[in-house]
Amino acid sequence: MGRQIGEVILDLKNISLSFGGVKALSDISFDVREHEIRAIIGPNGAGKSSMLNVINGVYRPQQGEIVLRGEHFANMTPARAARAGIARTFQNLALFKGMTVLDNIMAGRNLQMRANLFQQAIWFGPARREELAHRAKVEEIIDFLEIQHIRKVPVGRLPYGLQKRVDLGRALAMEPQILLLDEPMAGMNVEEKQDMCRFILDINDQFGTTIVLIEHDMGVVMDISDRVVVLDYGRKIGDGAPDEVRANPDVIRAYLGTSN
Amino acid sequence: MVATAGAQKVDENLDTFPRLLIRHGQVRPTRTAMREKDLGIWQSWTWAEVLQNARALACGLAALGFGRGDRLAIVGDNRPRLYWAMAAAQMLGGIPVPMYQDAVAEEMAFVLEDAGVRIAVVEDQEQVDKLLEIKERCATLTHILYDDARGLRHYRQPFLVGLDEVIAAGRIHDQNQPDFLDQEIAKGDGNDVAIMLYTSGTTGKPKGVCQTHRALIAAASGGCAFDGLGENDEVLSYLPMAWVGDNLFSYAEALVAGFTVNCPESGETVMNDMREIGPTFYFAPPRVFENLLTQVMIRMEDAGRIKRWLFDYFMGVARRCGAEILDKRAVPLRDRLLYALGEVLIYGPLRNVLGMSRIRVAYTAGAAIGPDLFRFYRSIGINLKQLYGQTETCAYVCLQPDGQVKLDTVGPPAPGVEIKIAEHGEILVRSPTLLKEYYRQPEATAEAIDAEGFFHTGDAGFIDSDGHLKIIDRAKDVGRLKNGAMFAPNYIENKLKFFPYIKEAVAFGHEREMVCAFINIDMGAVGNWAERRGIPYSGYVDLAGKKEVLDLIQQCVEQVNAELSADGQMAATQIHRFLVLHKELDPDDDELTRTRKVRRRFIAEKYAILVDALYGGKASQYIETEVKFEDGRRGKVAADLVIRNAKVFPQRTNDGATNR
Repeated sequence: MGRQIGEVILDLKNISLSFGGVKALSDISFDVREHEIRAIIGPNGAGKSSMLNVINGVYRPQQGEIVLRGEHFANMTPARAARAGIARTFQNLALFKGMTVLDNIMAGRNLQMRANLFQQAIWFGPARREELAHRAKVEEIIDFLEIQHIRKVPVGRLPYGLQKRVDLGRALAMEPQILLLDEPMAGMNVEEKQDMCRFILDINDQFGTTIVLIEHDMGVVMDISDRVVVLDYGRKIGDGAPDEVRANPDVIRAYLGTSN
Repeated sequence: MVATAGAQKVDENLDTFPRLLIRHGQVRPTRTAMREKDLGIWQSWTWAEVLQNARALACGLAALGFGRGDRLAIVGDNRPRLYWAMAAAQMLGGIPVPMYQDAVAEEMAFVLEDAGVRIAVVEDQEQVDKLLEIKERCATLTHILYDDARGLRHYRQPFLVGLDEVIAAGRIHDQNQPDFLDQEIAKGDGNDVAIMLYTSGTTGKPKGVCQTHRALIAAASGGCAFDGLGENDEVLSYLPMAWVGDNLFSYAEALVAGFTVNCPESGETVMNDMREIGPTFYFAPPRVFENLLTQVMIRMEDAGRIKRWLFDYFMGVARRCGAEILDKRAVPLRDRLLYALGEVLIYGPLRNVLGMSRIRVAYTAGAAIGPDLFRFYRSIGINLKQLYGQTETCAYVCLQPDGQVKLDTVGPPAPGVEIKIAEHGEILVRSPTLLKEYYRQPEATAEAIDAEGFFHTGDAGFIDSDGHLKIIDRAKDVGRLKNGAMFAPNYIENKLKFFPYIKEAVAFGHEREMVCAFINIDMGAVGNWAERRGIPYSGYVDLAGKKEVLDLIQQCVEQVNAELSADGQMAATQIHRFLVLHKELDPDDDELTRTRKVRRRFIAEKYAILVDALYGGKASQYIETEVKFEDGRRGKVAADLVIRNAKVFPQRTNDGATNR
């Protein structure tokens, strides 16, 4: 592989999160290096999605802090995360079902749009130039994800696998430095999973995007990740390269079954 | 039959494709030669630009050691730069060998080795990966050039070069020494081999058909003159480049007539792109026309009542008089007025949705087209015609002239073509468009072209009273039932496939006492049918086994039997028993050729247990079949297939020709 895994870009320190009496995450620390593909795995209810929600500021942890490129964030918010270059996709998709694929991905450019409401309304001068530039960027994403044929189709009419791809496109439109993927392959068939794997690897390779992903499918995770964090009941029970994790007895017990 | 003398005469100064390209560069430098939709925008190239690019690419290829007589493989979707590569190879006196882009590595290895390919120009990473897999076995292959660099950044092989680089290097070379290429082009001769196209391999291993510049240009000028194609025409090039039809329509005819070739954005966007371009000249195999019609019908069935009523009413009008109006024949005034109203309300908008608003001439070939299907398109004002030809004849044997279009024939011989029917019914062709030879297969060549210069097509047919050719079947497939009746499996299968619910069919009967058939349902059409009736199903296997679906297919089979019973000598070949297969016949499982023709013998062997069950009188049969997935993995499908008896009809003696 040609890409160079760099310094730690995102460091999570002693994160604890609880909802009332339920401890979702307790004292979890791990880091993410630049340009790597980092997976978070664990059985149902292990705290994977909570972890992702902490990273992009949807949940605020009671303890611990997030260090993003050396900057300390005690209380991250989704808006700050977005401005800091963190984009994400959602397990249950976050798309406007009635809007076309093109418009949905265009919506992902929102953060980069500078023209004011008035200019946009009359589509004049800078607004027009800006839209053309954004459209060009969006077309690159459409080309990248091979969804030209559904450019003008309302998202609600698409099969699930394609909707997931559009959701990924929307996140990519932000040109993120860190991309959080929440179960990108859930509910897909074998072929769709392979396509998605290829897209994830290509994004990582071509744009150098750092990727943090949650996934159920162990095979997929082990194949594409550089390092894996394993959670179980809100605790970290393993961390390392896929092979190390696979050999870790705690992980085998918690995740892969207790038989051996 | 009027043979226009000029149609086959090739101008001595313009007897190769590079010379034609240079002329267009001089005569119409600023007219658009090619378009391609990229990143959502149609990009275009003028003839001058195409010429410059092809020249640059040719010089670049020469720098890589490509020269006279070398073979250049071309693998990918229809991309302008792949067409330029074709022209570039021809400029150097080399021979382009376009290959099917969806072929698996194994199939490609055969062609690469057989043709002794020196350089391969491929579209993208997918094709590069396939070639890397087999490169070891192709000793002659020195370089792989790719068009789209995506995903190839980390490939370090020195023999892997981007097309951009080759063109850029070649451009400098061409500017410094334009004489080099001019001399190479001057060395070219009309009798040089212009292209090698591999046959689909319906019968054994694929063979490389060598076509000369002269033959292709003769076919192209014949075709252009026949339909009056000129520089204002537009064609959408979306069929595999390895197929002779694409080479004729998107390359040879474009270079002869100087019209514009449009490349779609991707394989899936063809419908949209077609709507945006509005081609004036269009070619599609019957399968494509069928899919389009199926889509229209599915959407109509989901439409509101008023729309459905309008559609049904005016389609009735169109059925009654549409084709006649297109042929400029006499039609009662009332019908003419109704048709005019229908044109505004239904036909015009429908043609627009299909992207066929501007079509002057549309052709179909490659397989028999259903009479209903054919009439449908003609009746809504699309000048759809049939042609007959094969790779060996540059797809140019018979063409239907405007105004003389019949449903069940492929028209009279094209200008310059001579046809003879052999004693055993085989169609023989002599014309300037015949192949030079099968590459390195003198025996096969001698077998195909007899001493008198007639090419043996392998098709069985006869010439009707109007001088039009009617095709029945492959000559070798025509068999006999035990009682001696003629059995033309294709004829029966086609009748079955004319139903939207039936995607493929395989008929058996040679040296048997009766005809039995395998049926493949059309997942789209039957699925929609089932959904509207509230019949639940989990997937293909489940749907194919539903009792209601079997009933539906049984009706289709019995209707075919009713038609056959009135079809003279075919009456004895009605289908007695049939079953619906549990999996789709697939080229990946070798059951179909890449051009989607059924490989009857292979299927009979693979599913011998089912054939035995059909003829053994069993009521059902359990079967397990291995399938290959697209990623190369294997899996199994199993099912207990029900075998049904179909009603057969006594032979009706009234005249044979039925057009339903």
